[in-house]
Amino acid sequence: MTDWIDIGTLADIPQRGARTVQIAGEKEIAVFRTGDDHVFALVNECPHKKGPLSQGIVHGHSVACPLHNWNIALKTGEAQGADEGCTPTIAVRMDGERILIARPVAMQAAA
Amino acid sequence: MEFQDGLAPAAESHEDILVPADDLREHLVVVGNGMAGCRAVEELLARDAGRYRVTIFGAEPYVNYNRIMLSPVLAGEKTFEQIVINDRAWYDDNGIELIAGDPVTGIDRGAKTVKSQSGRTVGYDKLLIATGSDPFIIPVPGKDLPGVISFRDMKDVDTMLAAADQGGAAVVIGGGLLGLEAAHGLTLRGMKVTVIHLMDTLMERQLDEAAGWLLKSALEGRGQTILTGANTEAIYGDGKVEGVRLKDGREIPASLVVMAVGIRPATALAREAGLEVNRGIKVDDHMVTSDPDVLSVGECVEHDGNVYGLVAPLWDMCRSLADGLTDQHSGYKGSVTSTKLKVAGLDVFSAGDFSGGEGCEDIVLRDASRGVYKRVIVKDDRIVGAVLYGDTVDGGWYFDLLRREENVADIRDLLIFGQAFASGGGALDPKAAVAALSDDAEICGCNGVSKGQVVSCIEAGNCSLDAVRANCKASASCGSCTGLVENLLAVVLGDDVKSGPKTMCKCTSFTHDDVRREIVAQNMRSIPEVMQLLHWSTPDGCSSCRPALNYYLLCALPGDYVDDQQSRFVNERMHANIQKDGTYSVVPRMWGGLTNPRELRAIADVVEKFNAPMVKVTGGQRLDIFGIKKEDLPAVWADLNAAGMVSGHAYGKSLRTVKTCVGSEWCRFGTQDSTGLGVKIERMTWGSWMPHKFKIAVSGCPRNCAEATIKDFGVVCVDSGYELHVGGNGGIHVRATDLLCKVATEQEAMDYCAAFTQLYREEARYLERTAPWIERVGVDYIKSRIVEDDAGREALRARFLYSQSFSQEDPWAERAAGAQAELHQPLAPIAIAAE
Repeated sequence: MTDWIDIGTLADIPQRGARTVQIAGEKEIAVFRTGDDHVFALVNECPHKKGPLSQGIVHGHSVACPLHNWNIALKTGEAQGADEGCTPTIAVRMDGERILIARPVAMQAAA
Repeated sequence: MEFQDGLAPAAESHEDILVPADDLREHLVVVGNGMAGCRAVEELLARDAGRYRVTIFGAEPYVNYNRIMLSPVLAGEKTFEQIVINDRAWYDDNGIELIAGDPVTGIDRGAKTVKSQSGRTVGYDKLLIATGSDPFIIPVPGKDLPGVISFRDMKDVDTMLAAADQGGAAVVIGGGLLGLEAAHGLTLRGMKVTVIHLMDTLMERQLDEAAGWLLKSALEGRGQTILTGANTEAIYGDGKVEGVRLKDGREIPASLVVMAVGIRPATALAREAGLEVNRGIKVDDHMVTSDPDVLSVGECVEHDGNVYGLVAPLWDMCRSLADGLTDQHSGYKGSVTSTKLKVAGLDVFSAGDFSGGEGCEDIVLRDASRGVYKRVIVKDDRIVGAVLYGDTVDGGWYFDLLRREENVADIRDLLIFGQAFASGGGALDPKAAVAALSDDAEICGCNGVSKGQVVSCIEAGNCSLDAVRANCKASASCGSCTGLVENLLAVVLGDDVKSGPKTMCKCTSFTHDDVRREIVAQNMRSIPEVMQLLHWSTPDGCSSCRPALNYYLLCALPGDYVDDQQSRFVNERMHANIQKDGTYSVVPRMWGGLTNPRELRAIADVVEKFNAPMVKVTGGQRLDIFGIKKEDLPAVWADLNAAGMVSGHAYGKSLRTVKTCVGSEWCRFGTQDSTGLGVKIERMTWGSWMPHKFKIAVSGCPRNCAEATIKDFGVVCVDSGYELHVGGNGGIHVRATDLLCKVATEQEAMDYCAAFTQLYREEARYLERTAPWIERVGVDYIKSRIVEDDAGREALRARFLYSQSFSQEDPWAERAAGAQAELHQPLAPIAIAAE
């Protein structure tokens, strides 16, 4: 059973942008909204040098890390192209306009 | 799950199990409670549940479990309970007598009885031998030492787990599937593991050399030591195992040795009973041995000269056997085997014959960085074998084509890309297939050239097959990848294979200049409009094109265009410089490098108030405050604003600083008021967005203390006026400026500066500094526009000042006042604590 946490509404996140969620004791989570209004959540760390992915440019279903421009697939957390690495993903569920993310225990399992 | 009922003392009657007097059914006795024996009974029950009375003997004191899953048990991923196939209730519900932990030791075919270790004698009408196989123990000295085990049953797993609890080193002899699984499990359990393999390639029966090498590298990456081509001479130790000695003299200390070099059919019982035995117990198509009342299935049999060690053939055999026992003779035809395995968590697949040979052609795809290797062996337009490593999703499809002996001539070009490409509706385009390959996918196997190398070769201007062959050697040897290279040429160059200027990015076939020209010509007003009208190939561009388009539109439509924050790099979006730890640095503007006590106090207060760990004087004559958190930025800016300071734009593709020397007001060499002019120029140019960063300096005399000749725009004051310099750069490639002209007055210096800046803004490509831009267009062109064309210069200056009338709002003040607060705050305060 997954516990879901309500973190806000779709409108809280700019299109092609991201916001962060901090849960006590856990790594910061980046919640992304794509141009086609899909929502994804990743640990807010690039697998390369831990750059804050939430600050990157969101394009398609990818985000370009602000530090060294690695492209990370939002769905899988995996680095694209020649770069290798993977950022843990966090399950996201939409309830109407509300965004829910899986509780951090699931996040630890994913990591 | 262990139980002892089977070990009850034997009764004295000839028939040692209790049979109801009215049960007149034929009695089927199964020797072997493993996967084959029980599967055969399952198949039989499925056909005719009541036909036979069934008794099963098992050597191990367990119910029927899945031997293949011993590896996950060893690795700690599963418990024994989770790998049980049929629990005790299954035996009870189906009226099956299970005699576990009491191996059968003899068969009397004349009397039609079997005898067990405990002395029990049981009669049969039909006997099924499913004894499976025994681990092969290589006959080296020390093989019987305590601590030397095989990897075949639950007892071996228990021994390994006990050894792992003690820690230390283990040696696994045998680099086949079983050995590697044992090594993986022991590694996970904390032991230091060395794998000794006689052959040069791991799993050489399932994998070819290349896949074996990938596997070896991956396992070594997990801390295992893999010795291939290593021949065991002896296992040494005093009273218990202490290590393994190789033929070449090397000694590997170990407290546990797992012998996993292979298995051999367990035929001793059948042989002693006088049944015909070759490599395995010989059976016909209905799994009947040389005695019509004795049958056999599984790893212990030999059918048509073949012995199988995999699960799939076993299922086929059990079906044929059950058909025969229920008088529906179907007949076993032998099995074509495929192996799809996870070895130590790595995906491996092989099927058919991959040894090559006459008439066999290989199609190979390598993607080393993803750890993917695929090889399909084709003979006479049919797949005869396949080896997949890392990505095995198409294994089933290849195996299917192989078994059906399908003619693959029509899909051969796409075969290696898998089913989705080769048989998917829209994906039949080979161009799409090569476009989908990652950059390090190997295109040319002969010369080891990757897709990325071919693409850069094409982008460097080699726009024909011959040019590519000459410059990166792809397709220059056997030529089998010529089609791939031609498709890459088409993908990279679009329809126009001859013209070769670089496109803006992979999202478009247009160049920067094309896009910019069309934005103005078609009066485009937004990024989506540009992407729509210019046929962008991606839904919303990429991190290369979006910032460029945003700038081009901003420049084309001053005051009109609504800046797209999401198309700005982080620094421009946050109005601060992101640092490697995710914090930001803040640089307030100091006009011309001048400051005062009020500003310095405000900066000092900010540093203390926000615990900034470092303050540094920059090369552009200002102060940089480091280590500010994203959340604190608006408060920092508010404090700096309160002291009269605004954003220094140290983060932007924009006017950065105007560096000055002290000039005639103080300096004994000064010829003009360089400081005053610098401040005026900075007041005029600050806040302007540019194709790239833009630095200005004003030096008060030819000694040039402000280093004006390595700036984008530099002024060197002389007695008679002002020398204007352009296109300098102090970065990776130092470039001294070109002298643009000399003017007489401060006002002219400022007018020329504005005009030059606007020309750069309108004509340079995004992310092109003034130095490469001027080298590209030539300084004479710049002079023709700025110096020789008075009206043109005046128009440029006017456009710059008009644009500036919209851009000189301090972005910090807006944010400090609360604009776009969401960019600085987390999405929601989450109150729950982590569990």
